[in-house]
Amino acid sequence: MIRIKCPYCGERDHSEFTYGGDASIKYPALDAPESEWTKAIFFRENIRGMQKETWHHTNGCRLWLEVERSTITHEIKSVKACHPQIENITKNKS
Amino acid sequence: MTSQRKEHYGKINRDKVLGFTWDNKEYFGYEGDSLASALLANDVRIVGRSFKYHRPRGVMSCGVEESGALVTVGSGSRRDPNVRATTQELYSGLNASGQNAFPSVNFDFGGVNNYLSRFFAAGFYYKTFMGLPPFEWGKGTGIWMVFEKIIRKAAGMGKASREPDPDSYEHANDFCDVLVIGSGPAGIAAAQEIANNKLDVILIEQDSLLGGNSLSQKDFDAHLLNDQLKNSGIRVMSRTTAFGIYDNTVVGALERVTDHLSTPHSNLPRQRFWTIRAKHIIVASGALERHIAFNNNDLPGAMTVNASKHYLNRYGVLTGNNIVISTNNDSVYQTAIELHEAGSKVTILDSRENVNHDLPQEIDLHLNTLPFSINGRKKIDGIDVYKTSDLSHKNTIICDQVLMSGGWSPIVNLVSHRGIKPVWNNENQCFIPGEIKENISVVGSAKGIWNEKDCVESGFAGANEAMNTFGIHKKEISFPPVGGWSNAIEPLFEVKSNKFPSKSFVDFQHDVTTEDVRLAHREGFVSVEHLKRYTTLGMANDQGKMGNIIGLSLMAEQLDKTIPEVGTTVFRPPYTPVPIGALTGRNVGKHFRPLRVTPMHQWNIDHGAKMIEVGLYQRPWYYPKKNETLSDSYIREATIVRKTVGICDVTSLGKIAIQGPDATELVNRIYTNPFAKLPIGKARYGIMLRDDGIVMDDGTSWRLGENEYFMTTSTAAAAKVMSWLEELLQTRWTDLKVNVTSVSEQWAGAAIAGPKSRDVLNECVFDPTEITNDNLPFMGVLQTKLKDGTPCRVVRISFSGELAYEMYIESDYAHGMMDMLWESAQKYDGCLYGLEALGALRVEKGHVTGAELDGRVTIDDAGLGKMASTKKSYIGSAMRKRGVLSADDREVLVGFFPINENETFNAGTIVCEKNNIKGQGVGRITSVTHSPELGHWIGIGFVKGGLAKWKDITLVGADPVRNKQMEIKVVSPHMIDPEGKRMYA
Ligand SMILES: [Zn+2]
Repeated sequence: MIRIKCPYCGERDHSEFTYGGDASIKYPALDAPESEWTKAIFFRENIRGMQKETWHHTNGCRLWLEVERSTITHEIKSVKACHPQIENITKNKS
Repeated sequence: MTSQRKEHYGKINRDKVLGFTWDNKEYFGYEGDSLASALLANDVRIVGRSFKYHRPRGVMSCGVEESGALVTVGSGSRRDPNVRATTQELYSGLNASGQNAFPSVNFDFGGVNNYLSRFFAAGFYYKTFMGLPPFEWGKGTGIWMVFEKIIRKAAGMGKASREPDPDSYEHANDFCDVLVIGSGPAGIAAAQEIANNKLDVILIEQDSLLGGNSLSQKDFDAHLLNDQLKNSGIRVMSRTTAFGIYDNTVVGALERVTDHLSTPHSNLPRQRFWTIRAKHIIVASGALERHIAFNNNDLPGAMTVNASKHYLNRYGVLTGNNIVISTNNDSVYQTAIELHEAGSKVTILDSRENVNHDLPQEIDLHLNTLPFSINGRKKIDGIDVYKTSDLSHKNTIICDQVLMSGGWSPIVNLVSHRGIKPVWNNENQCFIPGEIKENISVVGSAKGIWNEKDCVESGFAGANEAMNTFGIHKKEISFPPVGGWSNAIEPLFEVKSNKFPSKSFVDFQHDVTTEDVRLAHREGFVSVEHLKRYTTLGMANDQGKMGNIIGLSLMAEQLDKTIPEVGTTVFRPPYTPVPIGALTGRNVGKHFRPLRVTPMHQWNIDHGAKMIEVGLYQRPWYYPKKNETLSDSYIREATIVRKTVGICDVTSLGKIAIQGPDATELVNRIYTNPFAKLPIGKARYGIMLRDDGIVMDDGTSWRLGENEYFMTTSTAAAAKVMSWLEELLQTRWTDLKVNVTSVSEQWAGAAIAGPKSRDVLNECVFDPTEITNDNLPFMGVLQTKLKDGTPCRVVRISFSGELAYEMYIESDYAHGMMDMLWESAQKYDGCLYGLEALGALRVEKGHVTGAELDGRVTIDDAGLGKMASTKKSYIGSAMRKRGVLSADDREVLVGFFPINENETFNAGTIVCEKNNIKGQGVGRITSVTHSPELGHWIGIGFVKGGLAKWKDITLVGADPVRNKQMEIKVVSPHMIDPEGKRMYA
């Protein structure tokens, strides 16, 4: 079972979390053209190896986390809060 | 075989005699017996019939790898099939029987299959699926359909109870520093060493007694060991199987809590399903002895060598009087001596040319000798043997038991679960675990280390690895080398002669013979994974614990390759079977999923509501007066709402508090319609899209203050919308100063709908003149208090199309609010209404819900295009008109009437053109109701091209599932009061 070290709650089972998606995507501005949005929404890498992804601590502190996880071994390299200010507050905790 | 109990042997408690039943006959055993040892002590030879050929089978091992003694234990609702008699502890009153046999394992008519065996060879099922040549070749499953029932009946093993499981099961969790799996010499050494260094250790043992293979030693005391371990602070879990290792050194384990007790304990679960999160795992799972494939190697009395040693020294049962031991390795010699000392005549056949062992004179040692065929029908009469060098010279030895040892296989299953490929060790003829990069150490014979001293040493080495994980560095101890026998093992997997056909079993449980493996090869199945599936080798209850390696060796021989070149199949969890009940735990019946009730749940029931599940929520469905049916009731309720007033619990809607200086900005970005200028004290209906432009949800947002909104969502999408807002605020719009809080549980809500709703409200609020059209116009919001002073929120909003309000109050005060509203509504001949009437009212108005907004629908499809702002950008605005989403032939929201007003239709009906009733038609009906106002059935749904295209054209509603068809016409979805005069009144 994947165990994720939530910077706020500590290490928890993945069953407490909901998988979000690719964390490396920069979503375009709301008024950006359709072509940019199409690229952001539909064109995704299918990474074999370390990938940055978002996880929501749904049954916990409700933070959205950026997790670096290997898609081959499930090894988790890093976890941090997505929100930069929350990251600043929580990063020294864990 | 004549097996018997021996005085002065074994670790059983002879003071405690236990009565038990086997195939309706009474027997006795002792406390500490397994069912298998008790049967052997009573000289019960045949305990099962084989899967396909119904051959008689006896006890073949003493552990989880058992392939012969699969029995049914218990009766009625507690009937448990395919129980390994070797691991079932004996208890007083245990009731067991043989399976896969009629009338009994001793006389089984199914035995005729043995003579039809060529029809049941490898691939039998697949060939039957394909059809029966020459009549049906390639025609598919015709013949299978005919014979399936017969075949299933004939080829089943035990039968599960059809009654509900009366036992309870539990899920449990634990944590530790180091988890040690297995309590043999290596596991014990590791656990003790680690516990001595003040780390928290859990030791798991599948057996009831600790000791592993030490239990086969005469003087070993398991209870003493148990006390020692507990005194060192080790948490010992016996009767617990670690069935799988998962990511992050998490172990799944099954604890059998009451399976060894006569009467199930009313306060204990039958089994516990453990999830144990360790920081380091030491696998000391041991090794299993292999058999050898030769003719009739499955006759009752054929057994692994080490098993007989266990039966002698653990259970005090001598398994034969005249025993032949067949081997290719050194592990059997100590056993031979002990069996001899216990009084058996012992003959050893060793396939090797030279071995060095001191044996008592009475033991006959035949070197260079291979077992060829066991003689006998239901019991062993003797064995034909050959000289290795001269396969023509046969010799027959009279005996009543044949013990086999074709080498040992380390139990690499658990580390295989981690994707670690086992590596073939040619010197020891076995697979050993490959390199492990996680915090897992393998010690003892699980690593291919054979003698006890080395196993202990490897335990210490493993302990050191584990302690390194915690930064404790001890003097370097290296692992002893793999192996440890003084005479090298020689490969011996099968003995065959081309002159005689043989039935040499590779996988006893699935009756897979050496010939089946060769047949599979001839038919082109050359990969091990295909071989496995075609022959079903290794797919039975034991998952190939005994037969896999032999199968691989045969395949290697056919392919002219080596075993490592052929490779092995992947072991997956569970190591031994895990009952579904244990997986399910407490999540059965009412607890199958969480139950959500609204704060007025009891109030609703007390007032006669029939409830319905909506997602996890219990909501009022309808409030029948006496003798009323559902349809009587909802038609009455909907009629009263339109005539006077009705009250409905709407608490299950999602509610989100949005607060902060950028609250307006957030709300304006997520809804399609403008919110930037929504005044304080007003609410607005809004649609949210997904990034890709499809409708996500609809709801309302009320502006309570400069920086505060109260959002409602649909019941179904409440959690999704909440997560979505959090995602946007935490990942995309991190500059916005907004906080969102789910307040769904904090507020109870009721709809008050109908022409008299304003009167009802005024009777309930503190100032009875407060609510007027002026100070609470359509979509107005009022924060006020009830006449008893309780604060509440009122919004003028309408789902029914009537003059209507929703009132929200803190959840704890819900009953009081409902009492007040209901007392007042009764004065106007009002009613309570449920979800069915709510649905009828909204369908009449053409309002969409989840049935329409199903994740495929755009805002234009839903007929709400006017709500999509062209003056601002919002989530989904860039994508909502992309490509196919703006095609001309999209399905658009419409209403449906039956042509014949007496006809009805159902949701799910496919809308077709009159002469073209097929496929997906031109549309679909998504919601239907009887309309009390119109006096006939109505529906809403989608049709290609919308009302403009199909106006005045008769279409057909096709409902092939219910075998129904009716003529329908397309109308506007707004079937009642399209101008909305009533709700603005
Ligand atoms: Zn958390």
